[in-house]
Amino acid sequence: MSGAAVNAPEAQNIFLSNFERLAERRSGKDPSWLRAIRQSAIERFAQLGFPHARMEEWRFTSVAPITKIPFQLAEREDQTVTIDQIRPLMFGEPEGQRLVFVNGHFCPEFSQLSSIPQGMIVTGLEQALERYPDRLESHLARYADIEQQAFAALNTAFIADGAFVYIPPGVVVEAPLHLLFLSTAPGPPLVSHPRNVIIVEPNSRVSIVEDYASVNESPCFTNPVTEVVVKENASIDHYRLVRESLQAFHIATQHTHQGRDARYLSYSLALGGALVRNDIRVVLDGEGSECILNGFYLVKDRQHVDHHTRIDHVTPHSNSREFYKGILDERGRGVFNGRIVVHPGAQKISAHQENKNLLLSKQALVNTNPQLEIHADDVKCSHGATIGQLDADALFYLRTRGIDLEAARQILIYAFARDLISRIEIAPVRTEVERALGAKLPDAPAAESAPIN
Amino acid sequence: MLEINNLHVKVEDKEILKGVSLKINAGEVHGIMGPNGSGKSTLAQVLAGRETYEVISGEVLYRGKNLLAMTPEERAREGIFLAFQYPVEIPGVSNLYFLKTALNAIRRHRGLPELDAMDFLAWVREKMKLVQMDESLLHRPVNDGFSGGEKKRNEILQMAVLEPTLAILDETDSGLDIDALKIVARGVNSLRSDERAILLITHYQRLLDYVVPDRVHVLYDGRIVKSGGRELALELEKRGYGWLEEETNVGVVR
Ligand SMILES: Nc1ncnc2c1ncn2[C@@H]1O[C@H](COP(=O)(O)OP(=O)(O)OP(=O)(O)O)[C@@H](O)[C@H]1O
Ligand SMILES: [Mg+2]
Repeated sequence: MSGAAVNAPEAQNIFLSNFERLAERRSGKDPSWLRAIRQSAIERFAQLGFPHARMEEWRFTSVAPITKIPFQLAEREDQTVTIDQIRPLMFGEPEGQRLVFVNGHFCPEFSQLSSIPQGMIVTGLEQALERYPDRLESHLARYADIEQQAFAALNTAFIADGAFVYIPPGVVVEAPLHLLFLSTAPGPPLVSHPRNVIIVEPNSRVSIVEDYASVNESPCFTNPVTEVVVKENASIDHYRLVRESLQAFHIATQHTHQGRDARYLSYSLALGGALVRNDIRVVLDGEGSECILNGFYLVKDRQHVDHHTRIDHVTPHSNSREFYKGILDERGRGVFNGRIVVHPGAQKISAHQENKNLLLSKQALVNTNPQLEIHADDVKCSHGATIGQLDADALFYLRTRGIDLEAARQILIYAFARDLISRIEIAPVRTEVERALGAKLPDAPAAESAPIN
Repeated sequence: MLEINNLHVKVEDKEILKGVSLKINAGEVHGIMGPNGSGKSTLAQVLAGRETYEVISGEVLYRGKNLLAMTPEERAREGIFLAFQYPVEIPGVSNLYFLKTALNAIRRHRGLPELDAMDFLAWVREKMKLVQMDESLLHRPVNDGFSGGEKKRNEILQMAVLEPTLAILDETDSGLDIDALKIVARGVNSLRSDERAILLITHYQRLLDYVVPDRVHVLYDGRIVKSGGRELALELEKRGYGWLEEETNVGVVR
């Protein structure tokens, strides 16, 4: 990695000076409310500093590797990516809807939007701030918690670009929307802070794939924040794919706010990155609202992947189901922390959580930790976590039928993950996961166990 | 076809097989009976290549080759099949995919072209008639949630599909009603030929009414203490195993 090593306070100073540059560059361009948000966020970040291992939420994940690298803020001008580098990362469908971002900057030249429904807005946040400032003001930075979360504060301080998706009331968007975020740092290490806002108005429906990939192996730090608002009786399938290189750092904050009868399906698929942390928070703030949080992490080499999820049942009659699976090989390290908070008065809710892990090597490690905080009495909650290895009896059984050891292992690894994978409704996303898994059961009809959604 | 010479096997420092010798020729069906814990399954699992059992001494020749040097998958490809006493459940893997992968692995080894999905389905349907198994079981995960009888039938189906040269059935008849037993027997009999051999491990002589064995052996405390014709099975059923202790003077107090 290039650049001299630095220490945490120094790293913090680098971010603060990055901020000065941004503030100067954006002065006069942005609305004053946004400048005020940015200013208070950088102040909050300066107070909070980087998280450390003595903090409960960061017990198992050290961000020291990030603080040792002097990341410079990625500018639009640094952009050297060509369409040929992007093509392999696209999902292929000619009619596909796609926004491409390079180091957090929206690139219309690589993006493609054909026939979007009337009234729907899909664009870069920078453009949206110019064209729809009022619509943004009521949502942007209203959800993510910058008081407690240093990285969300850091992102907020650097709000400049990202994706803005607005689905008007009563619209069903058929084609999935692919938001492709590319990171690259051919020169010195670069940081980007994509800021995404997704608003689904009442009775609408959309599928979005938020996808983070690298165009090359280079030291990048991606620090996105995504705010999702799902209004009354609206529905969103939100896939989050991290497939960056083994030199990439990725710390993401996601916050979803649901209204009455709103449905939210989240799929977090963590396949790449050296250090990945996904903070996913869902607030069920409407009767009849329901969320399904599915996740799959595949951790190898010396990768470290941490999922911290939190579901807040604020209103009665809200349901959540959470189902995360991890496969850990070599010296991979996984963390799953699933918190469910049932607020006082939130009766008649049901919340189920499950985390299953498959360890493929002796050096692999996972920490799994369910946390239930229940402040109501008429609730149905359950949780379970398992950590296991490949079943030796099953391996032997397969081998006694003529299937060689390696193939037998692949079959069992795939079998472990298949219920999660088979429910990925967007074929190219499923293919991507299968490719990372290095396994695929070509013509096997689905052999389902317990349904997830 | 199979020659076992003075086989000693231990697991976790406990000797379980204490010198087993057995010879099975092509075309023959042998039965092995014996009380619980006498080592029947251990013998079957060792023949299939289970690594948790440690062979201390002795040899096993299969068609003249050193069986013990082969991996489980090599043994299977060379024609050995074990129907498990306790078939293993494999959630997430469909029975159909499992069978097809197994058959094609074995066909590759034999220099035969692999079967595609269509040809395989035709092949497996034919075999399913033999075991009267419901086709829906093909699309379910291997043995997952199968009843005891369904699991046993599934073992016989696999045997019928893979067409082994030496089939070892470890209590495939246990826990079956008479109709199911007849189906298992039919599966075994259909495999019977001059080029094949079958080893039936059982507690009950009624299976041997339907699959008539050439030889019956009694495994007792890790040794074959008596061998005979099919009448031996009848006698064991009538008298139990106690009398063998005096007669053969194995000198083991259980
Ligand atoms: N993996 C193992 N670890 C420890 N002991 C074992 C293991 N497998 C078998 N044994 C022991 O070895 C002995 C023989 O077991 P085995 O299963 O071969 O008997 P069996 O003749 O098949 O009995 P059954 O008629 O009940 O099936 C038993 O005492 C059993 O407890
Ligand atoms: Mg047994």
